[in-house]
Amino acid sequence: MSAPLVSLQDLSVQFCGHRKASALNAVNIELGAGEVLGLLGESGSGKSVTLRTLLRLHPERTTKIQGKMQVDGQDVLALKGRALDLYRGGTVSMVFQEPGLAFDPVYTIGQQITEAIRAHEAVGEAAARAQALHMLERVQIPQARRRFDAYPHELSGGMRQRAMIALALACKPKLLLADEPTTALDATVQIQVLLLLRELQRETGMSVIFVTHDIGAAVEVADRIAVMYAGRIVEQAAVGDIVRAPRHPYTVGLLAATVGAEHRGQPLQAVPGAPPDLAALPPGCSFAPRCTHASERCRREVPPLTSLGNRAVACWHPVQPVAEAA
Amino acid sequence: MFAYLIKRLIYAIPIALSVTVVSFVLVYLAPGDPLNAIAPADAPEEVIVALKSAYGLDKPVPVQYGLWLMRAVQGDLGTSIASGRAVTAEVLSAVSNTLLLAGMAALGGVLVGCVLGALAGYRHGTWIDRVATVISVIGVSIPHYWLGLVLTILFSIWLPWFPAMGAGPGGSSEWLWDAEHLRHLVLPALTLSVIPMGIITRTVRALVADMLEQEFVTALRARGLSGIAIFRHIAKNTAPTVLAVAGLQIGYLMGGSILVETVFAWPGTGFLLNTAIFQRDIPLLQGTILVLCMFFVVLNLLVDILQPLIDPRMGRS
Repeated sequence: MSAPLVSLQDLSVQFCGHRKASALNAVNIELGAGEVLGLLGESGSGKSVTLRTLLRLHPERTTKIQGKMQVDGQDVLALKGRALDLYRGGTVSMVFQEPGLAFDPVYTIGQQITEAIRAHEAVGEAAARAQALHMLERVQIPQARRRFDAYPHELSGGMRQRAMIALALACKPKLLLADEPTTALDATVQIQVLLLLRELQRETGMSVIFVTHDIGAAVEVADRIAVMYAGRIVEQAAVGDIVRAPRHPYTVGLLAATVGAEHRGQPLQAVPGAPPDLAALPPGCSFAPRCTHASERCRREVPPLTSLGNRAVACWHPVQPVAEAA
Repeated sequence: MFAYLIKRLIYAIPIALSVTVVSFVLVYLAPGDPLNAIAPADAPEEVIVALKSAYGLDKPVPVQYGLWLMRAVQGDLGTSIASGRAVTAEVLSAVSNTLLLAGMAALGGVLVGCVLGALAGYRHGTWIDRVATVISVIGVSIPHYWLGLVLTILFSIWLPWFPAMGAGPGGSSEWLWDAEHLRHLVLPALTLSVIPMGIITRTVRALVADMLEQEFVTALRARGLSGIAIFRHIAKNTAPTVLAVAGLQIGYLMGGSILVETVFAWPGTGFLLNTAIFQRDIPLLQGTILVLCMFFVVLNLLVDILQPLIDPRMGRS
C-alpha cells in the first residue's frame, strides 16, 4: 500500500498563554487519498485545533507542537516561508465555520478568489479571474457573474459558504479541511451545502477532514469517524460501525444525545457533567469523571487507543455490543 | 455614489451657516470694546460715535450679522481695525503659511504614526509595542508650546542649526521653496507633528492589533497569502478609520497652531488670531475664525466622500 496522504503521529499541541492548556494529546490519524474522515466531539474536544494545526495557523510564539505531521509526503512542521505559503491553500485548504467572518469585508468575492489563485499558480490576472468565475459556477452560485463582483456582506449565509468552498477548492487542494461548515447556516441550507461538499469530493477525489458535533452531518458525508474527547481520539471506525455499535461509553452517550424522530416523546439523554479543564487534565482517562463504567484503573491510567476488531477504542472497559442476531 | 455626494454637500450648508453665526456672535460675548484699542481713552463722545458708525458698530447685532454675511459671501470680510488692511487678504496670506506648516506637520505626523502604529500592532505586547506606546503617549500629552521652546533651546541656541523665528530670512512672510525657507520650517513643523503622530500611532496600533485577531486574517493565512499580501488587506481595512482620524487632526492643526505659531513667530492664522485677540480687532478675529471653521467643514466633507470609496460597506446601502 502506498503512503497515506495524511499521517499524524503522536501529535500534541499545547497553548502556553497565561495558563498552559493541552489542546491535543498524542493524536494519531491516518487518512488515505479520497477518504472522508469525520471528527466528532463536543466543544473544546480538539477538533478545530487539529484542523488549525494541520495548516499551522496557531500563533507560533505561544503554541508548542510535538509529534509528527506528514501531508502529501511533506513534513508540515518543517515547512518555512514560501513552501509554507504554497502548502497552505495549495495542498491543504480550509472551509471556515463562519463564512461571514472568514472573508475580508472590503474586497469582492471575485477579487479574493483571484488573489488566492495567483498566490499559487503562475497565471495572469485575466486567466485567474476566469478560473475564479468558473469556480463560482461549479459551486452552483446562481448568477455567478454578478456575485463575482459582490462584497461578502452582500451575499446570504448560504451563498457566502458556497463562495468559501469555491475559494478553498480554487487551487485544487489534495486535502480539504471543513470546520463545522454548516453550523452557522439555516437548517434548509445546511443540507444543500453538505450535499454540495459530498458531490465536489467525489468529482475531485480529494480527501476531506470534516469537523462537526452533528452526527447526522457526519453520517451524511464521512467514510470513517473519529470521536474526540479532551484532545484525544477515543474511538475510530467506519461510519456504520460507529453508529450501529459504539464501543466507547462517550460515543454511546453522544449517540444517545441525538434528537431524532424515533425518540419522539422520550426525554433527551444527555451526557452528565462537563468536559474537563484542558489546563488540568485528570491523570487517567479524561472521560472517567463522567463515565458510569469507570473503575479505579480508569482514574489512574490513560487507556491507549487499541484496535478491537475493525475499529480502535481507547477504553479499559469497552461497552459490549448488543448481541447481533445469529 | 452621486446621490450620496449631493446629500453630503447639502448637509454641509446648514453646518456652514451655523458656523458663521457662532463665529460672529462669539466675539460679542467677550468683554471689552474694539474702539478702546484705537480710540484714545479720553476721546470725546462725538469721535466715538463717528468711529462706531464708520465700522457699522452702531447697528443692532442681527443687522450687523446680515451685512457681514452678505459681504462675506462675496469674499469681503471687512477691514482690519488695527492695520486698516482688507481682512480677506490678511487671512488668505496667513492661511497659505499655516497650510504649509500644518501640511508638513500632518504629513510627517501621519506617516510616522502609521509606521509606528503598524509596528506596535504587529508586535503587540513586545518591547517594540511598549516603546511605540510610550512615544505616542508623550506625543499626545506633551504641551507643544513647551516642546517648541525646548526644541528652540536645543537646536537654535545650543546647536545653531535652525532659525528660531519667522518663515523666512529677515522676518519676511513671503514663502519661497528654497533651503533658507525650508530651514525655517523644520522646528515649527516638527513641534506641530508630535500630536497627530501620537494620536495616529495609537489609532493604528489598536486597529492593527484588533485586525490581526480577526478570523478573516487567519483565513487569509490559510489561503497561503504572503505576509505582504496580508498586510495589504489589513491596510485597506484600517484605512477608512485612519483617514477619518487624520482628517480631524489636520483640521485641529489648522487652528490649533496658535501657540506654536506664536512661539516661532510663524506668520500663519494662529499668529494672526493671537494678534487680533490682543488688539481687539473684531473684523480680523471674525474673519479668521470663519475661515478656520470652513476648513473643518470642507475637510470633514472630503473625508466623508473618500471613506465610501475605500470601504464598500459604507455608502452603497
